[in-house]
Amino acid sequence: MTNTIADIKNPILSIRDLSVAYDKNYAVKNVTLDIKKHAVTAIMGPSGCGKSTMLRALNRMHELYENITTEGQVLLNDVNIFDMPAIKLRRQMGMVFQRPNPFPTMSIYDNVIAGYNLNGIRVKKSQKDEIVERSLQDVALWGEVKDSLLKKGSFLSGGQQQRLCIARALAFNPEVILLDEPTSALDPVATAKIEDLLVKLKENYTIVMVTHNMGQAARISDYSLFLYMGELVEYGKTKNMFTNPKDPRTEQYLTGKFG
Amino acid sequence: MESINTFLDQDHSARRILKDKLVLAGIIALSLVTISPIILIISKLVVKGYRQISLDFLIKNTPDSYEAITAVANGEIIPGGIANGIVGTLLMVSVASALAIPIGVLTGIYLYENQGKFMANLTRSVSDILQGVPSIVLGLISYLWIVKHVTMGYSALAGSVSMSIMMLPMIVRSTEETLKMIPQTLKEAALALGVPYHKVLLRVMIPTGFSGLLTGILLGISRILGETAPLLLTALGSSIINLDMTKPTSAIPLLIWEFYNDPNMIDLIWSSSLLLMTMILILNIVSKQIIANRR
Repeated sequence: MTNTIADIKNPILSIRDLSVAYDKNYAVKNVTLDIKKHAVTAIMGPSGCGKSTMLRALNRMHELYENITTEGQVLLNDVNIFDMPAIKLRRQMGMVFQRPNPFPTMSIYDNVIAGYNLNGIRVKKSQKDEIVERSLQDVALWGEVKDSLLKKGSFLSGGQQQRLCIARALAFNPEVILLDEPTSALDPVATAKIEDLLVKLKENYTIVMVTHNMGQAARISDYSLFLYMGELVEYGKTKNMFTNPKDPRTEQYLTGKFG
Repeated sequence: MESINTFLDQDHSARRILKDKLVLAGIIALSLVTISPIILIISKLVVKGYRQISLDFLIKNTPDSYEAITAVANGEIIPGGIANGIVGTLLMVSVASALAIPIGVLTGIYLYENQGKFMANLTRSVSDILQGVPSIVLGLISYLWIVKHVTMGYSALAGSVSMSIMMLPMIVRSTEETLKMIPQTLKEAALALGVPYHKVLLRVMIPTGFSGLLTGILLGISRILGETAPLLLTALGSSIINLDMTKPTSAIPLLIWEFYNDPNMIDLIWSSSLLLMTMILILNIVSKQIIANRR
């Protein structure tokens, strides 16, 4: 077996023997790896290999569905995420979904601050304004929407909506941001904007993203992992993996032989 | 080749156009047959009822037979109005809604949350059966439960209870269907922000599906507005305005029934029906508008 931990010192996330099963069918099998703080880690692999399943296990989204079982350990700063309340975990691990999903009944402002409002966390108005501005500036959306903060979020374009959703996740100052193919529903211009954004965001946040697009992984990720049929085939620095894949399956995938 | 050419040469277009026109005419004729009852009903009500409609009609109680006989004999409009019925209907419908909406919405949420489970399936089936129970039977049940044992006599409460049972299945179904239409990703987005489940339901799901819920409620109300049979067995009727839930109370459909049985009051049937019909039409149009705006 190849070294899947990739010699990362002081990892923010340590995944140990993580398995996820739908009914009795394992979609992710015994994945073990460490994730580096303040870096972009890309999860790659062909359709149905368990990329999203693995990502969604990290903020315990699977608990919504009774037929899904998760085994193993995930340590976030040395605390097992399965031992902490899901609500607390999810506030530390923001998530952005494949399709932009702003809350349709809320304004742009309320969407960004939704984490506070919905959780009943009382914050002064001036502080709220500050959080909204900072989060929207972080996603480079402030300039575009600062005059229409009270309009509904659903009036924005797809790319803007997705950046709004990232801002919503950032508002809580999470440690990790999980992104599930965040650009797959967007056009190339919007995709480029989000990619630039992620590179900028890794200064303050740890980013774990699922991507279907090898080019994207090569452009923006520091570490990549290649999943195949639910198994972790290879994990390491993106540069090394793309120039010198160790496993023949990784090579075949990267050269477009399957996937 | 020869045969194909002769086939193509034959001009069938005239026949096809004729056929097309005949079918179109048939569709228009049948559509007219479908909408004609409602047009005939409304026009009849307007023609026969508009003379009685005035401010007095809305704010005065029903006249007694003697007043009506005198007015009819003198060729005048029957004095008085149906305020007791209007107030009674509004009172009973409000109380019925207050009973049925919370129970119905909560049951709808329960069904949505427990798709495919035995208890949920059972509840859904029972609720569907409830929708098919004849309203007179619901009136009888309410008579047994409320009139005989709670208010010890005919009462507005008994009327409201029978109406609320009638509304319940509609609200349950519309709540469940509305929640089902909300994309799962929206729920996940809220959960991913660390929002507790009950708040996701109350602050994200319900507001997002609010127009759907409202439509179900309005259609439920428009259905019970015109119910007469259960009220005959429960609310009974009253010739004055009554706001006491434990006392017999009038309602517009009850008054129509009473007017029908009193040959001197015939004129009031039409105006009362017109008013009731207008209320139901408005509710239906409003709910149709809400559905249209949602799309």
